[in-house]
Amino acid sequence: MEKSHQLPIWLFIGALLAVYGVIILVTGIVNWVNPPANPMAMSQLHPDVWWGLLITVIGLIYCVKYWPWKKSRPE
Amino acid sequence: MKKRIGLPALALSWIFAASCLAASEPAAGKTSSHLLTMSPVDLVIIVLYFLVVLGIGFYLKKYTHTGEEFFMAGRKMTAWIAGLSFISANLSSLETMGWSAMSYQYGMLGAHAYLIGAIPAILVLAVVMMPFYYICKTHSVPGYLKLRYGEASRSLAGISFSIMTVLVCGVNMFAMAKVMQLILGWNIHFSIWVSSITVAVYVALGGLLSAVFNEVLQFFLIWLGTLLIPILGIIEAGGWNQMIATINAAHPGQNFTSLWANLGSPADNPMGLHWTGQVFGLGLAISFGYWCTDFLQVQRVMAAKSLRSAQNGTVIGAVLKMMVPLIVTVPGLLGLAVLTQKSGITLVPEHVAQTTGGHSYNEVLPLMMSRYLGPGLLGLGITAMIAGFMSGMAGNVSAFATVWTYDVYRPLIHKRASDAHYVSMGRWSSIIGVFIAIGTAYAAMLFSNILIYLQVLVGFFIVPLFGVVILGMLWKRTSPAAGFWGFLTGIVSSVSMWIYIHFMPHGFDPVQLNPDHVKRLAFTPLAKDMAVNMYSAFWSLMITCIVTVAVSVLTRPKPDAELKDLVFGLTRLPDEGPCPWYRNPSIWALVVLAGLIAVNVIFW
Repeated sequence: MEKSHQLPIWLFIGALLAVYGVIILVTGIVNWVNPPANPMAMSQLHPDVWWGLLITVIGLIYCVKYWPWKKSRPE
Repeated sequence: MKKRIGLPALALSWIFAASCLAASEPAAGKTSSHLLTMSPVDLVIIVLYFLVVLGIGFYLKKYTHTGEEFFMAGRKMTAWIAGLSFISANLSSLETMGWSAMSYQYGMLGAHAYLIGAIPAILVLAVVMMPFYYICKTHSVPGYLKLRYGEASRSLAGISFSIMTVLVCGVNMFAMAKVMQLILGWNIHFSIWVSSITVAVYVALGGLLSAVFNEVLQFFLIWLGTLLIPILGIIEAGGWNQMIATINAAHPGQNFTSLWANLGSPADNPMGLHWTGQVFGLGLAISFGYWCTDFLQVQRVMAAKSLRSAQNGTVIGAVLKMMVPLIVTVPGLLGLAVLTQKSGITLVPEHVAQTTGGHSYNEVLPLMMSRYLGPGLLGLGITAMIAGFMSGMAGNVSAFATVWTYDVYRPLIHKRASDAHYVSMGRWSSIIGVFIAIGTAYAAMLFSNILIYLQVLVGFFIVPLFGVVILGMLWKRTSPAAGFWGFLTGIVSSVSMWIYIHFMPHGFDPVQLNPDHVKRLAFTPLAKDMAVNMYSAFWSLMITCIVTVAVSVLTRPKPDAELKDLVFGLTRLPDEGPCPWYRNPSIWALVVLAGLIAVNVIFW
């Protein structure tokens, strides 16, 4: 039986991380603009913004590198 | 086409119902005591995770038709995927939370589980044992016993491993439910059923391939969801050196920041442990048993596309394992430096917390999460915990399905069925295994300390298994009868030692330790549960090896022709083409070993 080309695991990881990164980044920006009444410890460093950005970049790198439709990839 | 649309729709409705129920739980239940409160953003992150995990299972079903594809993921994993899956299957949240608590309680001693308690064994698996597992093309560790010793040894290993995996899977479920109840106020039955049915669905659909895919994903989530805690914690503590200074100043006369300096005498450390127990009990018996012969672990790297990938994947696993203290030990130490010193929160043993209403050692990681992780990040942290529990469960379920189908069902119940029949049995046994595990999850509620319970199970079954497997691989004189009797004697002696140390003057008590009996086994009455388990494992390994050697001398070995590709000296490595130094597993194993020595010297 002939099988279709299997998507690499890295694409799933990249897509999920990119979505997570954007969600965390946007939430972080909102919290930066409108600080919550009870901030977390070390919130002055805005870890949600930087961590969200990092996760987005990692996710996008994986998505671009393993995007299956840009060219045929050998098995 | 209709069916393909229907399955994802079913998954969506399952997730939707589950998320609604989860969201309603905090409001409906008695939640005043839970540690964390999630925002809608956090809930979206968790729901997305469940959707992706189930989606991967549905997607991969079409790639798992044959037994080789379902049980061994087609043996096409690259070294990186095999290595990440190898470590992720072990990195359960039970372990991360448990060892963080251990670090708060005992300091750096807890990090030994990731150093001498893992790395030498993983490197031996990569360099010494993997060629035998891989070249004989067996489906499982009990399958190797069949080839090396015969059906009796395989059946004993298959049945004992099947029992152990469903017990451990159930314990993981219970632990996850308990943690979710503690930190989020979720209903315990809700957590057990949602997590277990999700794992059952994706493993039954995609077999080991699905489990491996999800484990690699879970590895990323566990690290990204947890790594921010030590980073922010160390910044808040004023740097690493300041953190150590704060801990030492707050605990005069106690040593929380050494790996070996306080192991000279059992009286010098709160575990009641001498260095001999650490080296020979944890570093030799438990570690080698777990990492070299527990099929849950070995299955991941046996699924690699070549022997070299399997070996390099295992070495990659060793490197990743050595990094885990960053997200486990450091948060525990930060608990001492930050929680106690800056917030005035002192953690206490579980039984004290239950009577006084304070926080227990086990809550150190959730407390650190609640300190640093705001909306969004908290959802990622909780997802990391759920992912950790589910990877542990899925590892057990996929290993159970393989061993049950190939090492119990096929040889003992239905010998000559088609490959499709065995794949179908694998899918059904994944689901049935999860339901049995749910039963054991409820049974686990009866035990007070589940980490100790897990260690005892490994000592019962896996340590004796390592004894007969390693002798079988390295000494061709080891006979089939010796393999069986050595293994059986090891199991019986482990169980007997456990009963012995819990046998009190008034009768058997599974919770209390008899100090007189502990002294005979561990050389000191000061030894606590974990220290006693280390010595018991060592004695069990010794008994297994002595009986195996003695019976081998008295019985007839297999002829050399039947030991080809199974024993050292009779196994020829396959020609996999030229191997540049940077792909040579032996070289990398030496580099990792040097790193291990350096870490131990630095934190002596």
